[in-house]
Amino acid sequence: MPYSDAASARLSDERGGDAPRSPTRVAFFATCLADRFFADACADAVRILEHLGVAVDVPDGQTCCGQPAYNAGHRAEATRMARQTAKAFAAADHVVLPSGSCAGMIRSFYPSLLRAAKSGAPGLAPRAHELSSFLVHELGVLGPDWRDHEGDPPRIGAGLEGVGVVYHHGCHALRELGVHDEPVALLRACGADVVPWGGDTECCGFGGLFSTKFPEVSSGMADRKLDALPPDIDFVTSADGGCLLQLSGRARHLAREDGAQAPSASPTPRTSNPAPGFVHLATLLRRGLGA
Amino acid sequence: MSERSRPSDYGAESARIVRDDPGMRTSITGAVRSKHEKRQAAWAEIDAEAWRDWARDVKTHVLTHLDRYLPQAEDALLRNGVKVHWAETAAQACDVVTRIAADHGARRVVKAKSMLTEEIGLNESLERAGLEVRETDLGEYIIQLLDEPPSHIVGPSLHRSLEDCRRLFHDRFGTPLDASPETLAATARRILRDDFLQADMGVSGANFLAADTGTIALIENEGNIRISTSIPPVHVAVVGIEKLVPKFEDLAGLIQLTARSATGQAIGNYVSLIQGPRRPGERDGPDEVHVVFVDNGRTRLLADEHAWEVLRCVRCGACLNSCPVYRQTGGHAYGWAYSGPIGAILAPGILGLEAAMPLPFASSLCGACAEVCPVRIPIPELLVYWRERAVEEGLTPTVDGVAMKVWAALAEHPGAFGVASDVVGALPLEGAGRKLPVLRGWMGERAAPVPSPERFLNTSSRKEEGT
Repeated sequence: MPYSDAASARLSDERGGDAPRSPTRVAFFATCLADRFFADACADAVRILEHLGVAVDVPDGQTCCGQPAYNAGHRAEATRMARQTAKAFAAADHVVLPSGSCAGMIRSFYPSLLRAAKSGAPGLAPRAHELSSFLVHELGVLGPDWRDHEGDPPRIGAGLEGVGVVYHHGCHALRELGVHDEPVALLRACGADVVPWGGDTECCGFGGLFSTKFPEVSSGMADRKLDALPPDIDFVTSADGGCLLQLSGRARHLAREDGAQAPSASPTPRTSNPAPGFVHLATLLRRGLGA
Repeated sequence: MSERSRPSDYGAESARIVRDDPGMRTSITGAVRSKHEKRQAAWAEIDAEAWRDWARDVKTHVLTHLDRYLPQAEDALLRNGVKVHWAETAAQACDVVTRIAADHGARRVVKAKSMLTEEIGLNESLERAGLEVRETDLGEYIIQLLDEPPSHIVGPSLHRSLEDCRRLFHDRFGTPLDASPETLAATARRILRDDFLQADMGVSGANFLAADTGTIALIENEGNIRISTSIPPVHVAVVGIEKLVPKFEDLAGLIQLTARSATGQAIGNYVSLIQGPRRPGERDGPDEVHVVFVDNGRTRLLADEHAWEVLRCVRCGACLNSCPVYRQTGGHAYGWAYSGPIGAILAPGILGLEAAMPLPFASSLCGACAEVCPVRIPIPELLVYWRERAVEEGLTPTVDGVAMKVWAALAEHPGAFGVASDVVGALPLEGAGRKLPVLRGWMGERAAPVPSPERFLNTSSRKEEGT
């Protein structure tokens, strides 16, 4: 999609003329799960960045950040993957990920893993950013005082007007990265009606291999989230594909058991359909920004 | 439930029990949610982060100087006229208490709520020695009548509904089936009163023990601990060696923090500070007070450069109340005294890692526990630490290790990794998933994940720059 000068001008106005120099070039880490299951969201994230005037590289050599191995206690394998990832992104000033948990993995655990491995590529941690956090903090798309606009954020797009959304806070984005208000503010700034959702900061039960080792426990956790969904929303969204796989997989399983129509992941609001779509934050934001 | 579960039983069955029993599900969820909300409100009133730093530092200091504080505590206790015993193992601790009972010809024992005595299996030991043991905390009393272990550190019977208790009391004591909670409590109080008056010995734990003054601190809401430790002629406090605090003044802060974390109260309804047996001229109190210091794996934990941090735990249960995993199974699923996140990182230290399996894996690592811990135990990090140890010690399935090695090898070869991902995308996951190692666990409870038609990294514009 061609880069929009008008949008760019509007955004830089809202940032203020003397905003600190923001990144003009980033490397994009698709992450293995999003690459495989949320390819559209990856493309959408890249499109958003380009739309905002940022050149995006997609380096070769990127594979898996090592989070599944790390969380399962396979530290040696996690270290190998961390080394691979650090190597792939060695040249990038900023690395943007469409995944809070992978960004959390890099930020929280790479320093100790790579120190232990005496890798020659230290320092990826502070350069890794979850997408919404990057947009708000590094690009400053909501301006410097964005937290003061609670409830009435600056508008940066209109593509989500009339769209009802609930936001699931992935645990690692929330607790490892401290990302909480950013994605919600971005959605609102694009016109979305972000509907309160009881337990939106509660774990969906994915937890990587936890979901396959203890499926009954894990799916029960998803049920509590799904049971609490407000009516008449269009989308459940999150910055973490794993959580969306868990929630949508459970929702489709239950719908199948009930013989009801399975919800789709199509990014089209279906206000007439009681079942919401499960869609990645990047996909909604691209639409919201008209990118 | 006389057939007690073990950690190795953790999993499907217990999750289904709670899922398929709406009453139990409601009881557990309601109780922990309410405790969690009260905790949140109580912590909002204070400078929470500063208090947590302080509490962490006090406990860390004492744990790293036990060589100084344990002898100091012993001296202070002896000065106070308390008899001090040391037990390295659970069995030794039980023997010590049983022997004290025998020395006094005791037949009836009343117990104040104590998780350590659950950990070491004291009730069973005393009963084997022919003693009658009566739990006097209302929740503990209920589960003793039901022959169940506690399901929560602070609320041992919280998995049981009011209905369950009405039925139990109706069957045992003939109270009406629609008896009010007040009636049930009054019934228990009447029965327990006789037990208190007839008891030859009272057994308690300790929330804290001040090393400088030898003060045993006990926090409660019902008053049964105060009675159990003051009416019977002998009081035995069974105390984990990690319960020390350096100074009497430290008790003030820690008692408040524990109450705020456990129940959201500013302080427990009763705080007993026990300074030894009844002195000449005093009207109340036991003739003898004993402290049994128990190790039972604690020094082993202390020697571990990562795992030792769990010893800061003040047993407030806040991590259970915030834990979405605990909520799915309740506490019995964990198969030993301590459940929830703290139970999963204590078990490898106290039971040994092999016996604790798979508890360190029974977590989604969501981190809600670490957020509320009043002494800042890095619970998710310690869960991962024990997982690493389990992998090192060959306690995890071989197929997991092989899969991870293959995965890592692929990840080091981006071309091959991409091909593997293409293969996953081409598989009929919904059908084949049930036969594949990892996906098998996913299927059955969830629809198969739907791959994108084409991977992002395969899209043409990216291909140009790439492989």
